[in-house]
Amino acid sequence: MALLEVNNLNTHFFTRGGVVKAVDGISFSIEEGEILGIVGESGAGKSITGFSMLGLIDKPGEIVSGEIIFNGEDLVKKSEEELEKIRGNEIAMIFQDPQTSLNPVINIGDQLMEAVLYHNKKASKKDAYNVSVDILNLVGLPAAEKRMKSYPHQLSGGMKQRVVIAMALLNNPRLLIADEPTTALDVTIQAQILYLMKKLSSDFGSSLILITHDIAVVSQLCDKIAVMYAGRIVEYGKKEDIIFDPKHPYTKGLIACLPKLDDDKERLYQIPGIMPSLLSLPEGCYFKDRCEFADAECDVYPQLQEIDGRRIFCHKVK
Amino acid sequence: MKFKNELLTEYFEDKLAVVGLVVFTILAIFAIAPALFSYQNPYDLTQLYLENSFQAPNANYWLGTDEQGRDIFSAIMYGLRVSLYVGFASTILSVIIGFTLGLISGYYGGWVDTIIMRIADIQLSFPAILIALIIMALWGAGIGKIIIAITIVNWVYYARTARGVVLSEKEKDYAQSAKALGMSNFSIIFKEIMPNTTAPIIVIATVRIAVAIILEATLSFLGLGVPITEPSLGSLIANGYQVLFSGYWWTSVFPGIILMVLIISINLIGDRSRDIMNPRLKR
Amino acid sequence: MTKYILNRLFHSALVMLTISFIVFFIMFKAGDPVELMLPPDATQQDVVDMRAALGLDKSFIVQYQKFLVNVSQGNLGNSFIYGQPALDIVFERMPATMELAVIAMILSILIGIPLGIISSIKPNSITSRIIMFFSLAGISVPVFWTGMILVLIFSVILGVLPSSGRGEVYLFTSAFTWDGIRHLIMPVVTLAVFQLALILRLTRTGMMEVLMQDYIKLAAAKGVPRKVIVYYHALKNTLIPLITIIGIQFGQLVAFTIVTETIFAWPGTGKLIIDSIQNLDRPIVVAYLLVISFIFVAINFMVDVLYTFVDPRVRV
Repeated sequence: MALLEVNNLNTHFFTRGGVVKAVDGISFSIEEGEILGIVGESGAGKSITGFSMLGLIDKPGEIVSGEIIFNGEDLVKKSEEELEKIRGNEIAMIFQDPQTSLNPVINIGDQLMEAVLYHNKKASKKDAYNVSVDILNLVGLPAAEKRMKSYPHQLSGGMKQRVVIAMALLNNPRLLIADEPTTALDVTIQAQILYLMKKLSSDFGSSLILITHDIAVVSQLCDKIAVMYAGRIVEYGKKEDIIFDPKHPYTKGLIACLPKLDDDKERLYQIPGIMPSLLSLPEGCYFKDRCEFADAECDVYPQLQEIDGRRIFCHKVK
Repeated sequence: MKFKNELLTEYFEDKLAVVGLVVFTILAIFAIAPALFSYQNPYDLTQLYLENSFQAPNANYWLGTDEQGRDIFSAIMYGLRVSLYVGFASTILSVIIGFTLGLISGYYGGWVDTIIMRIADIQLSFPAILIALIIMALWGAGIGKIIIAITIVNWVYYARTARGVVLSEKEKDYAQSAKALGMSNFSIIFKEIMPNTTAPIIVIATVRIAVAIILEATLSFLGLGVPITEPSLGSLIANGYQVLFSGYWWTSVFPGIILMVLIISINLIGDRSRDIMNPRLKR
Repeated sequence: MTKYILNRLFHSALVMLTISFIVFFIMFKAGDPVELMLPPDATQQDVVDMRAALGLDKSFIVQYQKFLVNVSQGNLGNSFIYGQPALDIVFERMPATMELAVIAMILSILIGIPLGIISSIKPNSITSRIIMFFSLAGISVPVFWTGMILVLIFSVILGVLPSSGRGEVYLFTSAFTWDGIRHLIMPVVTLAVFQLALILRLTRTGMMEVLMQDYIKLAAAKGVPRKVIVYYHALKNTLIPLITIIGIQFGQLVAFTIVTETIFAWPGTGKLIIDSIQNLDRPIVVAYLLVISFIFVAINFMVDVLYTFVDPRVRV
């Protein structure tokens, strides 16, 4: 049985301007130890998908329908107390911007130990302390023991992100959700952090959901890829299949955007247009206004097609 | 930046804020033309008859009369005018002075900035009422003087806000390019940067107007505010307080209620305006 | 750290000096006290002699210097009315004023902060809206009006609380005697209402902004219980900047005792200054201004230093 199975998840936001279907009926699954990449532009619904896993959707948002089956249990049906036990424990999250994800007035050590103590009632403060120092060493934070007393503003961006990763790993989570973990970091640090995450998740045996807009990143690290557009998944399958043989026009576009060294092109490819606002989605396929293959057929939203274990939503793919 | 229509519709969504606006408008109308609504001009001595003094609220004098036979209802109408006049006049003056000083301070920097801000700092470490008290105590009563006193107290807030905006805006591209195009400093300040300061100034002003009115009322209550010949609501209350123990409660309670209603309505408007203009509290 | 403290100390001294200059300047401009000090039948020569004796015929700078020297020795002259050293009189009345201010401040904090927190968690609930309305009323009502209404209800109509004066004092404060408490209730509530409402609103806005931050979401993602998130993670961030504001507000509170003491005939410095202004008792006015300024500057200094201890981001 899969570690995590998401069926037809709908997370909607009831705003003054209308209902925003940030996550509009998506389904995917992850096995133990697998790495799934969720790719898409800003606003596609990737982060909201991540937050929905943990039930961290604030008003005016709500998980309207769907199932999130983790370890055989549906998380959507769980109470807040039950979810609190799972968060930071069996499912942990790594946030995007290390500058803002750590509490500025509490020191690193306390923020780490807290995660340990709330999920291990029998642990002593000393145990929590030792575990925290160990984990800091594991994520490669220099002078880990000294850093326990430091405050976030005393650390660089890369170091802060390592702390955030350490916090997520403290309780040996079965599933890690990383929301754009390297977007806010320097390019030179990005590779380090990504490598760190891949290594640790494999060492710990955790599955990983990597949420990013950078298809190059998923092509390196992930086993499976889900491409999201305007709240829906448009293509979903194994990494090799999608990267080397993208079928959905949007996926093809994303891959075409990547600069290649052996390319003689003068200009980088850009997908024309922008993603439509979730408050004014077109009739039919959401991508049709930017798609070179679109025609009248696309005025009806495409049905799911399964081709060799891959899921696609496009009329033009047979 | 949201458009005016959007802001207005959003404002009206909160029922309480609408009530505040309506109430304030009514009071403002009373204040602008008190003669239309009041029974008598309570400061025209020929209209007063001592035999009418200290009447409790009745059919003739809806809110009763004071020790000189003045109709409290009329007195409140005229008092409203003084209170609002002082509040708004001092606010407008403070905005002009504070705004200008803040803009100059922020844009030119250097020792001009240091001096202006030092003065502001020293002034801010002093409670407003003390500053106003000293000014009034030394220069005597009078509407003009009290307006100046309140202006002196309040300019600082507008100056600091304006300066803050200028400091962050002047480094931005549009300001830099205006300079590169050869626009004079004066033009840059007033044409490019100033529009960006309107929203924060409005936000501050909505707080300070109420403060100004309360300050005037307090000073008048202490006897250091407007002269007796043109009493504001504060003076009326002070006047009535002296006879409170004799049981003539209406002479001070009614003016007090109107003062309170006035300020609550201003604060309701201010609160709502701040909420809809504050981008930080939205998703 | 020491460098910072010294810097702040220097800054405070500078401010005090500037204030003393302004106070002196105002006094200088306000006119000649000699007329007031002499009996009505004094001759012109008496006036001239007196001015010379008081050094009032010297230049501004010389007089200012003399003033500074006097101040440093604690000599602020004698009150025209009471005939005793002005400074002593001010000090004598200070404890009564401080009592009001301190108790009112404590009350505002103890009630204002919790209510602010409650109204920030579910900002649109009925409880929150009620709290917000009352807090709006609280900042809309002038201090003197609150006092007056309280007097009307509790003294005139119900007759249960005394409308003026201070109660029995024990160990420097009247808060330890029942009689004292009876006299304290209304003045303290009068002072506290505005403060409370202000602190409430500041706490609420602060908490609401903090609760939207990423680090709060991360704490939730860690599985930290909601109560801990609100009362520890969020509150700590809200309270830190609030400290500076409360410090400054204490100064405001002391100033508002002027009004409160007038209404309740409370024997503190507030009543003293009003009377002295009306009686043209200049030495008392000067003494009061200097002492009060000193208190404000001292409070600002302490808050500045305290802040560096409390906010880890500015620890030197």
